[in-house]
Amino acid sequence: MTSELLRIATAGSVDDGKSTLIGRLLYDTKSILADQLDAVEAASERMGIDYVNLALLTDGLRAEREQGITIDVAHRYFATHRRKIIIADTPGHIQYTRNMVTGASTANLALVLVDVRHGVVEQSRRHAFIASLLGIPHLVLCVNKMDLADYSQAAFEEVRQDFREFAQKLDVPDLCIIPVSALHGDNVVGRSQNMPWYEGPSLLHHLNEVHISSDKNLIDARFAVQYVLRPHSDEYHDYRGYAGTVESGGFRPGEEVMVLPSGFESRISSIDTADGPVPEAVAGEAVSLRLEDDLDISRGDMICRAGNRPTVSQDVDAMICWMSEQSELRPRHKYAVKHTSRWARALVGDIRYRLDINTLSRDEDAESLSLNEIGRVKLRTTAPLFFDPYQRNRATGSFILVDETTNATVAGGMILREAA
Amino acid sequence: MERSLEETQNADDATDDATVDIAAMAAADFAAKDLAHLRDLEAESIHIFREVAAEFEKPVLLCSGGKDSVVMVHLAAKAFWPCKLPFPIMHVDTGHNFPEVMEFRDNLIESLGARLVVASVEESIKQGRVADDTGPKASRNRLQTTTLLDAIEEHGFDSVFGGGRRDEEKARAKERVFSFRDEFGQWDPKNQRPELWNLYNGRHREGEHIRVFPISNWTELDIWQYVAQEGIALPSIYYAHRRQVFERDGMLLAVTPFVTLLEGEEPFEASVRYRTVGDATCTGAVESEADTVEKVVMEVAASRITERGATRADDRFSEAAMEDRKKQGYF
Repeated sequence: MTSELLRIATAGSVDDGKSTLIGRLLYDTKSILADQLDAVEAASERMGIDYVNLALLTDGLRAEREQGITIDVAHRYFATHRRKIIIADTPGHIQYTRNMVTGASTANLALVLVDVRHGVVEQSRRHAFIASLLGIPHLVLCVNKMDLADYSQAAFEEVRQDFREFAQKLDVPDLCIIPVSALHGDNVVGRSQNMPWYEGPSLLHHLNEVHISSDKNLIDARFAVQYVLRPHSDEYHDYRGYAGTVESGGFRPGEEVMVLPSGFESRISSIDTADGPVPEAVAGEAVSLRLEDDLDISRGDMICRAGNRPTVSQDVDAMICWMSEQSELRPRHKYAVKHTSRWARALVGDIRYRLDINTLSRDEDAESLSLNEIGRVKLRTTAPLFFDPYQRNRATGSFILVDETTNATVAGGMILREAA
Repeated sequence: MERSLEETQNADDATDDATVDIAAMAAADFAAKDLAHLRDLEAESIHIFREVAAEFEKPVLLCSGGKDSVVMVHLAAKAFWPCKLPFPIMHVDTGHNFPEVMEFRDNLIESLGARLVVASVEESIKQGRVADDTGPKASRNRLQTTTLLDAIEEHGFDSVFGGGRRDEEKARAKERVFSFRDEFGQWDPKNQRPELWNLYNGRHREGEHIRVFPISNWTELDIWQYVAQEGIALPSIYYAHRRQVFERDGMLLAVTPFVTLLEGEEPFEASVRYRTVGDATCTGAVESEADTVEKVVMEVAASRITERGATRADDRFSEAAMEDRKKQGYF
């Protein structure tokens, strides 16, 4: 039996039942412990509310409790018999797109909730759009509060059709739509008796079974050198290992590889870990590679195959999500950019358009991006980046921008292609 | 509108086989030995260690000898094999230690050939940087912040690895892997840098530093499963042993020279083990017969109380005790 790691991003506002849904998942997998529950009950009582507010489980900051809002991504952990699950739970208010993007950046699966009585509202569209923009391969729409719609198949179908129509405009490889009542537990952990017309899985069943092992790009061999291991010890006198995490694809000893930016070719002599050499390293594994030839390789270089190289360019065309309250992105501004294990500086070129994430319409006259705005932007970097389109490769297609004065992370970027 | 949780639970008692018996699950996992999720967590942690070693001038790894910091040392050693650790290890020593843990710490450092830096709360008191806590319930736990920040400044450390986990406590649940500290060592929870993908931003000015939490995404159970899988040695007090204890505030505290018994507190001998190891004056033991790592994994999997709830008086001051201490620069 294996126990895989599943990362979920969820977003929603206080009244769509998200806390109840997550609370039920945690409770039914025995992941809320007695003292946590006691603390939440006591806090609810102090706040003068007559129900147990599960949001208090993770609205851990003083300001959050005082204002009754979630202001940051909360991470919750639970395990099933098949998987360890990390939920990055983000607030759904419009001003917190920044947190949604943060939570979604590493997720395999996005969980979006709608109230069956209200149908697909602006906020649900926004969540689904961000999930697709961030390349989350699996999307689950929970149509909640089915108990308040008499468990009506017609009501569910209407929401389902509406959402499917919207999702067609997005890049969603795997969509699952489940009618639930988080409050009563219908289709959350077990199959509901109240909706015999629904033949799909319960939410937990889906989370256990959804096929995630091929979510990673297992085709394009990419290895960004993170750190060079040179022990200089008697035992490992001439040892030189290139430590890093396989970004995508896989490597085996004996394979011919190419190193960027030099273009030198060599052969992998060994793939090492502290537990000994391994016959293969695939996406996500932290190893060190040794090569047959002594080459000048340092942090920021990329190892790939001569026949399958990333794009090497100083000009990128990317979708940018702006995350700073203090400043805005404008043409001619300069930032530090971090891409794989490489830092460079980037100069902002044209803003092609700003996207209205509620309507998906494009404003081609936009001159800036401010907090929580998303747009398509050209960048010129001081050194070439070795990248693939984000939709093909999340690891080599993503970057962050950092303000060189404040050192704050001001944007996340997803590369579309080399800019013309 | 949400209703009471009890109502929620009672509404559907008829759960199917998807409902999980966690203890059985842990047992089955344990039999499997090689757990895919532990490999993922290990790879994530190793990536973080290497990133810091590559980008910072002077990192340091905090180690109390507790299980989380021992796992951290193990992960760091794996990240840089066959090289030695490219940074020293620092122990913030309250002076109120369990002797078993001190002995363990020294052996661990020696076996790695690592350099140990001790930041002593006792010294901070002698130098008048802090006043010792007094009274029968005195604890030096909160004093550690000053000692820690002084040591960071004295040695010029620009990045400090800590073993905090997000499942431990709700303020920690909100903290980044790379957590920025200003020149006063303060954490500002409302103004954290966004953290996307595995692209960590460690940029800072002189005098500021970054706290780094490589095991943010591990749970207590993950730690124990990993300890079992990797055969990691831990201080003996993590396993059931007989000890003189007394009850205070619903916790079992060890009888040590550092605590004064209050009226009505009667010491007695019990079979106990520690779930967390901190200052001996405020870390409680739990009654347990789990004397092997296998038994501890089972016990942790079946536990209905969090480790901090069970054993840490320091988190009981208020709802936001940890947040308040962290804002001042605590671990």
